Amino acid sequence: MTLAGFLNDPINFVAQWLTGLLTGWGFSNGLITVILYFIGILVLVVFVMLLDIGLVWVERKVVARFQDRLGPNRIGPFGLIQPIADIIKLVIKEDITPAGADKVVFNIAPVLAAMSVISLWAILPLSSKIFGVDLNVAVLYLVAAGALGTLSIIMGGWASNNKYALLGAFRMVANMVSYEIPMVVTLLIPVILADTMSVQGITQAQSGMWFAILSPLAFVIFFISAIAELGRSPFDLVEAESELTAGFNVEYSGMKFGWFYASELLHAFTFGGFMAVLFFGGYGGFFGLEKLSAFHWLTNPFIQAAVFIAKAMFGYWAIMWVKYSMPRIRIDHMLAFNWKFLVPLSLVVLVNTAILNKLLAGLPAWGYTLGMFLSNVIIGVVTIEILRAYGRRQHKSEQTLAQAMRN
Amino acid sequence: MTADKIIFLLIGVLILVSALMVVTTRKLIHAALWLVAALFGVAVLYAILQAGFLAVVQVVVYIGAIAILFIFAVMLTRRDMRDQGPQTRSNWWIAALLGLLILAGLVFLIINQPDVERTAAVIPAGVDTLRNLGTALVSPDAYVLPFEVASVLLLAALVGAVYIAGFGKKS
Repeated sequence: MTLAGFLNDPINFVAQWLTGLLTGWGFSNGLITVILYFIGILVLVVFVMLLDIGLVWVERKVVARFQDRLGPNRIGPFGLIQPIADIIKLVIKEDITPAGADKVVFNIAPVLAAMSVISLWAILPLSSKIFGVDLNVAVLYLVAAGALGTLSIIMGGWASNNKYALLGAFRMVANMVSYEIPMVVTLLIPVILADTMSVQGITQAQSGMWFAILSPLAFVIFFISAIAELGRSPFDLVEAESELTAGFNVEYSGMKFGWFYASELLHAFTFGGFMAVLFFGGYGGFFGLEKLSAFHWLTNPFIQAAVFIAKAMFGYWAIMWVKYSMPRIRIDHMLAFNWKFLVPLSLVVLVNTAILNKLLAGLPAWGYTLGMFLSNVIIGVVTIEILRAYGRRQHKSEQTLAQAMRN
Repeated sequence: MTADKIIFLLIGVLILVSALMVVTTRKLIHAALWLVAALFGVAVLYAILQAGFLAVVQVVVYIGAIAILFIFAVMLTRRDMRDQGPQTRSNWWIAALLGLLILAGLVFLIINQPDVERTAAVIPAGVDTLRNLGTALVSPDAYVLPFEVASVLLLAALVGAVYIAGFGKKS
């Protein structure tokens, strides 16, 4: 019961203290477990939602920078209180359910959207001591929660009884069903490298070397398919405002729209977190630095949590960077890019990783890293050469066509 | 009554009610959504049985792929998503009788199991069930043959789908 005990293992410390307190009040052991789990879930959800309020500010400030504006700057220092004002506005707005809407489904959809994102935080490890649950199928859980998100968008789009909303939902399903494949395939690569599906195991396996260095191609494919899963630009056909007004959420108003908006922002940040966990060492990954006694403080749970949040923020920033600099892709290009390029490439990278992981297993760490990295570079160069040859051939056939038309 | 039993009963009611709604509701999309609820309930049952892998795969495959494709196909092909006309045929009682017989048979079989009252065994801390499952699927003394046969079957279905969609048009 000291400050050091709290600093070294905060969750267990609080849990033990609460257990002692509740036992003193005469609760049974089973009830105490249930109460502790409920408090844990409540604290996690509140933390995530508070973070989400901050993300609204971050997103608006960053997009302002990209577009050479100032962003919110009137309410509070640097406009920090702006999101609170936004929430108050959303809550007191009139709540409209369109005539002909399927009321129950219409109302469940935003809740499900938020739920699918928040449930992802159950497996994100903030540090070696602060995490929801260490599932042995965590990587698959990520895919399963994404499926619920897709479902919420279909439900919202269909229940609105609006053609634009339905079209947006159609596009989102086509998008998510196809980009799920390269994503799942590249998710397998950290699993092969770490030899486990648990996110704690994957994080610890990267304490020496980040998987982004062992397999940069896998990271790039994961990054692209994550952006597509999020439905963010250049894959934001789901809410292409020039064609579909606002896409699947066009009929939503007030806080129901707020839930969709909040869950989209949080989803992007959560994927930043997963990029950090799967490819950049999560809360650790200091290349063995923390083993030195001078840097032992790096293993403190609060420092680890700060490192994790910083890495996740960087991933989130990269997603925003792409979102606000790329034009929207056409739908047939989007599907062709996935099926003809990302899926074959991800399969090649997966097979390459699986084979090399066994072949190079006997080598020292630097040989293993170098072999993995070089194989990725070779695959990347070959891919670019194939693409260049294809582009040249297409250019030539277009030229001959133009020549024939002129003659 | 333990917490496990309470959760099991609640989930059992959820599954049964949703399954009933799937066949009785008149709106096709509602039927699909109730189906999602029923499948989700089954996933929770797997989780209670400590089969985490099966639970997650149930959600990924049945909700993430199959149910969503159901909904997608219904939305694309039907203009009016309400089912008109009678919901039963004249020989519905044969189906009901068969269903009841199968249920009675299953209940009889389960009750006569010698260890029907046994509670689920607690998995020891060191055992990685997922790794055991993976090894069993690819080891020659276990399930490698069914596993490979299933893969070949799926591949054949995939090739067939590509043929119908792509090359079939030319003829």
